[in-house]
Amino acid sequence: MKFAVTIEDTGERYDCADEESLLSGMVRLGRRGIPAGCCGGGCGVCKIEVTAGEFEARVMSRQHVSVVDQAQGRVLACRVYPRSDISLRVVGKMHKCLARTAVPSPRLPSLDAEVDE
Amino acid sequence: MAMTGVLRPGHAQVRVLNLEESVRFYRDVLGLVETGRDAQGRVYFKCWDERDHSSYVIREADSAGLDFFAFKVLDKATLEKLDADLQAYGLKTERIPAGEMLATGERVRFELPSGHLMELYAEKTAVGNGLGVVNPAPWGREREHGIGPVRLDHALLYGPNVAEVQKIFTEVLGFYLVERVLTPDGENNAAIWLSCSHKVHDIAFAEYPEKGKLHHCSFLMETWEQVLRAGDIMSMNKVAVDIGPTRHGVTRGCTIYAWDPSGNRFETFMGGYQPYPDNTEPLTWTFDNFGQGLDYPQRKLHETFLTVVT
Repeated sequence: MKFAVTIEDTGERYDCADEESLLSGMVRLGRRGIPAGCCGGGCGVCKIEVTAGEFEARVMSRQHVSVVDQAQGRVLACRVYPRSDISLRVVGKMHKCLARTAVPSPRLPSLDAEVDE
Repeated sequence: MAMTGVLRPGHAQVRVLNLEESVRFYRDVLGLVETGRDAQGRVYFKCWDERDHSSYVIREADSAGLDFFAFKVLDKATLEKLDADLQAYGLKTERIPAGEMLATGERVRFELPSGHLMELYAEKTAVGNGLGVVNPAPWGREREHGIGPVRLDHALLYGPNVAEVQKIFTEVLGFYLVERVLTPDGENNAAIWLSCSHKVHDIAFAEYPEKGKLHHCSFLMETWEQVLRAGDIMSMNKVAVDIGPTRHGVTRGCTIYAWDPSGNRFETFMGGYQPYPDNTEPLTWTFDNFGQGLDYPQRKLHETFLTVVT
């Protein structure tokens, strides 16, 4: 079963099946700048805040997601599976990456340009 | 060459978020040999060709990462001497009694200025590689199970105060600097590769603001074909792969970086060259060539290399 996921920061939408994580659906957007990280709930780079919708969360590192965080929907996208349509906001490292690429702009040659995001 | 003092990486203890899922991964996908479980719930593994009881230990916890990394030393006298040397250098050491880990003798534990707990020990029960010591076969069934690495080879750890860490390893523990990456201003080392043997590294460190981070534990493969086979097995099992298969410029090692189910990075590695301690001039990479140092063919400084740790 597929659900619609809305990234509030950019207005983008993508479909995400109930057996795939919100992160893998997001990565399928093919967008540069999505920091996929370890994909195992350990490194914390894919932190998001679910603002609306139901999801199932698998175990993730308490170093990056406190009990309070999790209760308020601040979770790691790689460990969260949709159970309804979802609205989310990106936080932390992911927010920086998305914000940087949200508006197409010429990339200046710099160290940044050599980094494979 | 005479091998004295610190011999080699001995064991790593790594935290996982789900024990049984991780056991299945390490046993059936990476292809380590499970050698025991203890009363604390820790699960012990070794690589097929290692003779000592265990080299990689996992425990369930609410965060991923490294508990400690240990080196085996030549004998008990060496252990006593290195403990005294560490204390004389100004480091606080702690004794962990024999038997606290399965099949393992007394350990000397100390904390590095990078925030990592290191251990030294002299004794671990030899259980053999299953092939015997008289007229042994070159390999057995265990090599063909999963990825099947030969041994725990090294680790790369991220934390602050790398210059101080380098002094401890080179001035107290008998390691030498094999390669380094300079900071952008060229004044300091951003990353260092240290050897206590004639392996291209037994441990490596990179400067990072947070203490005590694990970048990866590395497992040795025998051939490049075996590294490619490892990549096939990772994909068959939907393992999250970070970088590779490719070759590092630093160490010349051939590599795949990937993540265990809790996000702890591991490496399947082969190759490199054989440095000796009389190579007094380390190979040096300037920061603007870090990309080649990491991924020589693609010349890319993959962002995950710098930012994704547990």
